[in-house]
Formats: sequence, C-alpha cells, structure tokens
Amino acid sequence: MSLQGKVTFARVMNAEWIKFRTLRSSWLTLGAAVALMVIIGLVIGYETSTASWGAAARDGSPALDSTLKLASAPLRGFLITQLVVGVLGILLVTGEYATGMIRSTFTAVPRRLHVVGAKAAVFGVVALVAMTLASFAAFYGAQIFLGPHGHGSSISDPGALRSVAGAGLYLTLVGLLGAGIGWIVRSTAGAITALVGLLLILPNLIPLLGSWADRLTRYMPSNAGESFITSTRMPDTLTPVTGIGVLTLWVAAAFVAAVVLVRRRDA
Amino acid sequence: MIEAHQLTKRYGDKTAVEDLSFTVRPGLVTGFLGPNGAGKSTTMRMILGLDRPTSGSVTVNGRPYVDHQAPLRQVGALLDAKAVHTGRSAADHLRVMAATTGIGRDRAEEVIDLVGLRDVADKRAGGFSLGMGQRLGIASALLGDPQTLILDEPVNGLDPEGVLWIRTLLTQLAAEGRTVFLSSHLMTEMALTAQHLIVIGRGRLIRDTSVDDFIASASRDSVFVRSPDDARLRDLLVNDGIDVSSPAPGQLEVTGVTSDEIGRRACAHGLTLLELSPVQASLEEAFMALTHDAVEYRAG
Repeated sequence: MSLQGKVTFARVMNAEWIKFRTLRSSWLTLGAAVALMVIIGLVIGYETSTASWGAAARDGSPALDSTLKLASAPLRGFLITQLVVGVLGILLVTGEYATGMIRSTFTAVPRRLHVVGAKAAVFGVVALVAMTLASFAAFYGAQIFLGPHGHGSSISDPGALRSVAGAGLYLTLVGLLGAGIGWIVRSTAGAITALVGLLLILPNLIPLLGSWADRLTRYMPSNAGESFITSTRMPDTLTPVTGIGVLTLWVAAAFVAAVVLVRRRDA
Repeated sequence: MIEAHQLTKRYGDKTAVEDLSFTVRPGLVTGFLGPNGAGKSTTMRMILGLDRPTSGSVTVNGRPYVDHQAPLRQVGALLDAKAVHTGRSAADHLRVMAATTGIGRDRAEEVIDLVGLRDVADKRAGGFSLGMGQRLGIASALLGDPQTLILDEPVNGLDPEGVLWIRTLLTQLAAEGRTVFLSSHLMTEMALTAQHLIVIGRGRLIRDTSVDDFIASASRDSVFVRSPDDARLRDLLVNDGIDVSSPAPGQLEVTGVTSDEIGRRACAHGLTLLELSPVQASLEEAFMALTHDAVEYRAG
C-alpha cells in the first residue's frame, strides 16, 4: 500500500491536534492557566507598588524586600498555575480512558508509542507557546504598576529573561509530567493526587526525615523549578541549568514508565 | 479473513477465553454467539490488538492486527458505543479517526450521511442515545472502507428501523465479498442476519457451523397431545421407551417420535386424541439448550 494510506507519526500528531482543539475543556483549562498566571502577576505588581515600601524597609522586614523586589516576583503565580496546566496534561490522557476513547485511539493506531509521543509533542508545543506568553504577560503586566514607583525590572536585568522564559518552560514541563502520570495511573483522580503529592506535598515531607533527606529536597520537581524561575540564586537550590536538567529527567522518567506500561497493558 | 489459533486469555486465575480456534471467512456474515460473559468481547479485543492473548495468536487478513500499516483500511471495528470521547462532536470524532490514517474529510462526511447522523453530527457525543452511539461507532468502522468488519453487539440499543438497517447493511457488505464478524447474545437476531455461526460458552468453542445446520441439529422437536385418555397413552409410549411429560392434566408433551407415529399408535389402541400438534423448538430455546452448561451468570 502506498504512503497515502498509512498511519504515520505526522498523521497521529495531526489527529492529536484535532483532538486537543475539538474539546472545549482543553481551551477552558488552558485559558484558566494563562489567566491565573497573568492576573496573579498583575496583582503582585499592584500590591507591591502600593505596599509601603519605605515602611517595610524601616520595619526591617527583609522577607518582603528580598522576594518582592526580584525581577521574578510577578511570576509567583506559577505555584497555582502549575496545578492547572498539570491537570490539563492529565486530562488529555485520562479523559480518553474515562470515556473509552482510548480503545478507538489504539484501534486506529496500534503502535501505542506513536500515540504517547504525538500527544506529548502536540501538548508540549501548545503549552510552551501559551505558558511562555503568559509568563511574559505576567512580567510586563506587573511593570505597569511597578515602573512608575521605580521598583520595576527590565527584561535585560540579570536573570530576568531566564526567569520569565524559565517559568514558561517549567509550566510546560509540569504539564508534560501530568500527561506522563496520566498514562501511568489512567484515572483522573488518582493522577491528580499523584501530581499534587509530587509537586507540593513530598517536598515538604522529605525534610522531616532528617538533614540527609533535606539535601534531596532540591531535586524534587518544584524545587528544581524554583532554581531557574527565581531570578536570584537562593541558598540550597540547584543552579538553573541543573534545575532544568533535573526537571527534564523527571518528565523523561515518567514517560519511560508510561511507555513501558502502556505497551504492556491491555487497553 | 480472521484466523484464531488456540487463543487463550486469562485474567489472574480467571480464564476468559480458552484454546479458541476458528476462521471467519469473507463473503459471509459470521455470527459470534454466546451467553453474557462467554468471552466474545475479550476475543474481539484480542483480534484488534487491544488485549494481548495469554497464549495463542490471531490474524486479520493474514497478519496480526498491530502489524497492519493502516489498520482502519483493513478492519473496521465497533467494540462498544462508548469508545468515543463524550465531549467531542460526532463529526470531530470521525475527523480524528480519519486523520490518523490520512483518510479525507469528505469520507468522514460520507459515513455520517451513510449512518444517518447528519442532523446531530455537530452535537457532543456525550448526549447521544445508545442507538445514536451505535450509529457513530458503525460510521467509525466504515471510515476506512475496510475489507473486514468486526462488530460487538451492533444492534444493541437500535430501534426496529435501525435493526433492519444494520441487517441490510451487513448482508450487503458481505455480498460485496467482505468478511463480517458480529457478536450477539440473541440467537433470533443471528438467524436473520448470519449465514455462519461460531458459538462459544465459558470461553470455549461449542459450535462452528452454518446457521442452517445449527438450527437443524439443535432443534429438539416435540409433539403436544391433548387427550382424555392421557394416562393410558402415556403408559403406552413410556413402555416403548419414549420420553413423555405431562404439563397439565389431559395434556402430554412427547419427544423423540413424530406426530404421525403418535396418531397411529393412539388409533391402534382406540384412544381419543383431541389435539395433536408438532412443536418446533424456537431458535432461542435451541441456543439455550446448547449453552445451558456454559452459562456464566444465571438468574436465581
């Protein structure tokens, strides 16, 4: 049979792209993620500009000073946005299992690796574009309030561009991590629990095990993310490049497990 | 053409399908019959590469399903009406399926018309009735104009008009030389649609036969007799080793001899007969008799 009729990776990607854009929930969730990122950026900018900086400085309240003065401060919305984009990644996979669509998908494309890969590629591109735009919008939006008070940052400030682009990359990788967990767990509720546990709960539990374990905390996905989203290097964090590498490894590990399981299991 | 060789599927220590071998030939509608839980759906999922056999193998058009480079053009499958994302419209679902194999949008539009879903094509599949869902599944199966069709309970939830429509469609597809394999737990439906039958129970093959032979062999004809001399007639027949039961006073049900034979004997002994009528076992009864020992879930 000629190429005309074959299943190819490009065609599976096209099908996954149609899948993504023909579900209202995809756009609603992606829109919510972008909106959260931008709105929180604006709120941080506004709050910081109206906060009595002088008073805070006089009180000797360094926490306020040091974190809110950072170029990356308007990007703090990533803490909430990561959950939304992670859930989107989960839903793109578990939605197929929940509805039974997965059987149609695997009947059309029996090479399941193609499906896992194409879904990740399509979602990865969509999320990277949307989350990078949202990060820049959050950064520049905050400057509207900060600039006139002289507290603003420029994208050319040290670490600023890396932070803003890094936030977009981080959110994309968390979305992909969600998709990987979705393939592994298959149920929406279970996958969300696993993702929240990995991002928010485990990093807080590990230090309780003792100081030796505390050193491991920095390798958790969210802590690795902090290392390249925060514009100034904080103590006890990885370097930005290592941080990106570590988070990428988390995503890769999830997908390796996903591919092994998806190929072996009955659909 | 579908060829199963010693197909076995176990889930833990539960055996769903055991040592199942059969061939589904082109040009015929082949019925896959068995009580609920007999292993029909499991077998169909193994044919489509969704479930992996514990042992044995199955090929479609000469090779394992997963080895086809364009499976939708080889095999059309309706596994269940729920294999569709509830949030996506019927038309979009078909576009997704078509896109995987480079099937044009015009073909997706064509099958929407073919199954009569034009009016609801842009509605979310989640709101579909069972019958509409079945039609969407059939549209999806026909998308690649495949040589082989595998349909799990296709008439499930269809209205009488829909049942007639699918029956005509399947017969026509088989007449075009395609392989049509459909499952059902309803014998009567199968007798009207299929020419060949593969009957399974508890995951094992019970019969692989033509529908005509199945009906002939499985029917256990009996004769209904109404007579005021029922006690004497009964003794007479039982003495000759004939199976007789009494459903009610004055009534007998005789199996193993023809109505002619009973009439002659009654006459020879001067017994009065008020009614003498052959009773043909219904297909449903024949099927139930055959699979009686292999029913997985029985009421009561």
